[in-house]
Amino acid sequence: MLSVSSLTKTFPGARALDGVDFAARPGEVHALIGENGAGKSTLIKVLTGVYQPDEGEIVFGGEPVRFATPLAAQHAGISTIYQEVNLVPLMSVARNLFLGREPRGRLGLIDFRRMHREADAALRSLGLRIDVRRPLRELGVGAQQMVALARAVSVDARVVVMDEPTSSLEPREVRTLFGVIRMLKERGIAVVYVSHRLDELYEVCDTVTVLRDGKLVHTGRIADLDRLRLVSLMLGREMSEVRSEGLTKFSGDHEAGGEPVLDARELTVRHVLHEVSVQLRPGEVVGLGGLLGSGRSETAKAIAGALPPDSGTVVVAGAAVRTGSTPAAIRAGISLLPEDRKAEGIVPGLSVRENIALAALPGLSRFGLVDDARVDRIVDTFIKRLRIKTSGPYQKVGELSGGNQQKVLLARWLAMRPKVLLLDEPTRGIDVGAKAEVQRLIDELADEGLGVLLISSDMEELIEGSDRVVVLKDGAVVAELTGDDVTEDRLLHAIAAEGGDHD
Amino acid sequence: MTDLALRRAPADRERMLGLLQDYGVYAGVTVLILANIAFTPHFVSAENFRTQAVQVAPVLIVALGMALAIGSEGVDLSVGSVMALATSLVSLYLGYGPWIALIVAMLGGAAVGLASGSLIAHIGVQPIVATLALMVAVRGIALVMLPQLKDVRDPGMATLGSGDLLGIPYLVLIAAALALLVGFTVRRTTFGRQLLAIGDSRPAAQLAGLPVRRVLILVYICSGVLAAIAGVLATARLQASDPTSLGNLMELSAITAVVVGGTPLSGGRIRVGGTVAGAVLIQLLTATLIKHDLPPSWTQIAQAVVIVLAVYAARERGKR
Repeated sequence: MLSVSSLTKTFPGARALDGVDFAARPGEVHALIGENGAGKSTLIKVLTGVYQPDEGEIVFGGEPVRFATPLAAQHAGISTIYQEVNLVPLMSVARNLFLGREPRGRLGLIDFRRMHREADAALRSLGLRIDVRRPLRELGVGAQQMVALARAVSVDARVVVMDEPTSSLEPREVRTLFGVIRMLKERGIAVVYVSHRLDELYEVCDTVTVLRDGKLVHTGRIADLDRLRLVSLMLGREMSEVRSEGLTKFSGDHEAGGEPVLDARELTVRHVLHEVSVQLRPGEVVGLGGLLGSGRSETAKAIAGALPPDSGTVVVAGAAVRTGSTPAAIRAGISLLPEDRKAEGIVPGLSVRENIALAALPGLSRFGLVDDARVDRIVDTFIKRLRIKTSGPYQKVGELSGGNQQKVLLARWLAMRPKVLLLDEPTRGIDVGAKAEVQRLIDELADEGLGVLLISSDMEELIEGSDRVVVLKDGAVVAELTGDDVTEDRLLHAIAAEGGDHD
Repeated sequence: MTDLALRRAPADRERMLGLLQDYGVYAGVTVLILANIAFTPHFVSAENFRTQAVQVAPVLIVALGMALAIGSEGVDLSVGSVMALATSLVSLYLGYGPWIALIVAMLGGAAVGLASGSLIAHIGVQPIVATLALMVAVRGIALVMLPQLKDVRDPGMATLGSGDLLGIPYLVLIAAALALLVGFTVRRTTFGRQLLAIGDSRPAAQLAGLPVRRVLILVYICSGVLAAIAGVLATARLQASDPTSLGNLMELSAITAVVVGGTPLSGGRIRVGGTVAGAVLIQLLTATLIKHDLPPSWTQIAQAVVIVLAVYAARERGKR
């Protein structure tokens, strides 16, 4: 039906797709999976006409094609359903279904009766009963997604691409969605299904394609692939592979002792986290393991007050912290190094100096006036201690390398003398030398008595850096590895374990 | 060799645009002064300098507040209406003495700033929309308070409007003092640094635990108070309260002064000196064209050209 061969797409500084082959066949649900940066989104965007491939061929219905725009792909019969619903909330369900191709009556006006009748029929055929005259926004997110799906199907789609369709659905709605997907299958429509939820993949998909670092690593029937093997393929880890220790700069175990410095209990955020509990003792590095979308970053954000939880408590050194408030968390001694360093971490237009002093500023001021001498002392200390490579304290942070930007952020938080450090992908996208330095720093900080929570997609880093690993899956804790169990094998098993449903 | 020259060209261009954005306004002012000395009769006279300086004072004061708003990646369209509110309040409260009237006017400006700041910081309304709403509403309130033009007869206000200290008009002294105060605030206070961080990257500022809402509200309160002061000074100079026309299109002049002065609309950076020079540049441009008997519409066209130049320099530079 729709296939691509030796597809290559390069962006400045990165090869997003490298000679990828992919084929969606009629009446087949094809899972497309991979971790961050694997190339899934790029592949989807090429399939749906958002991007043009640099090399390679797209064949649709037996003929080579080139979709210049998303509209061209849509007209050809390729429909996409995105994570967020992209319809018009104020218009009625029926109008959304027929947007841009409304049935016309005399004088070219919209024939509303016919439109409502046909809309109703289209939704019924998917097993949905919705008043098609109601504005779309009055529907729940799940129902809206269904309307998007109905629209995709009713435009005579031959291929339907679904990008994480279940991420905001209730379990009941997921069931309906799966019913619809099976119906599409029977009609001979090819479905491309992107999701990180293993349970779903095994339930609804026939074939699977695994991408990693822009390359195709596996394609075949999903039933022939056990979960453990699938996870290994995604993460690029061979199960039985014997690894030599010491590839990272971590020294190993820390002296962890005493009462927990951080005690986060049963943090729950609708659709995102389900009663996640994490404890950190002073001097301990605890890793958060799990696949993309398992709730690792969200756990860190919920602890740091950047994501307000619906329920749950955070206690630092015995004192309760008001949840959902970043300033309150920071005052309590929690510091978060966010995953998206460029957008949420550095303030790119300000200098190294201003960036380091940013959070500590009120403490470095008297009567609202900044004590520049003290700022200079602190900035100099940290530039030396963390070996930040900069032409001087007044250089813009945006001009530094990724590793040095990360060190500036570390300095910003260390200047606050935190008790708990939450590190979300601290070494992603930084060069090898800087990576080793940051890892050594994490070690040092733990030795000095900080409680460190480490999130990393780099298995080696996670295993070697952590004294303990808490494994998350679909927003819930599914396992905790301690002592000799902190190994890649154990981690892979925990991630791949079946179940973990929470409805 | 050609190859090398080609490769270096963009960097040079970048540097040129940077210089244009940062110092173009000073060059513009210098050129205009020199041109006027050469071609405009009676330009070089104490009388003329005084007139120009007194006229620029209110615009400059409003522009200082606007610079704070723009530096926080916002804008304040309500400034002209706040001037009108201030002039109405001054008229109404002058009976209690000029100082009380001034304070009431400033409180009025602060209230408007609190309202728009709250809309922006707490409810998440875009600055341009929030302050547009206040712009319309506040002009209405000012007109309800004082439906028509009223003469202001008060010795204190008269002194403020036309008196001087050691030959320098009070208006100019006040504007200069406020410019220094705002410059100091931006450079040396916690508020100023937090404001710039929020303007440059709000998500980062939020995660760094900055009191984003408080700072944003304070920005618009500052802008409101400064606009109110400008309104009082304009009232004092004109010896009349005219809420119908006072401050009309002031927001545009203020934004022009700020942008021409090298403060990027994308926030994160405030050039107070540039803003002062920007206000002076607009004033000189207007005065020059009027002195040479060109109709006022030419002034607007000239202003537009200057804005386009300034925004072009900023954009091209931002692209990299």
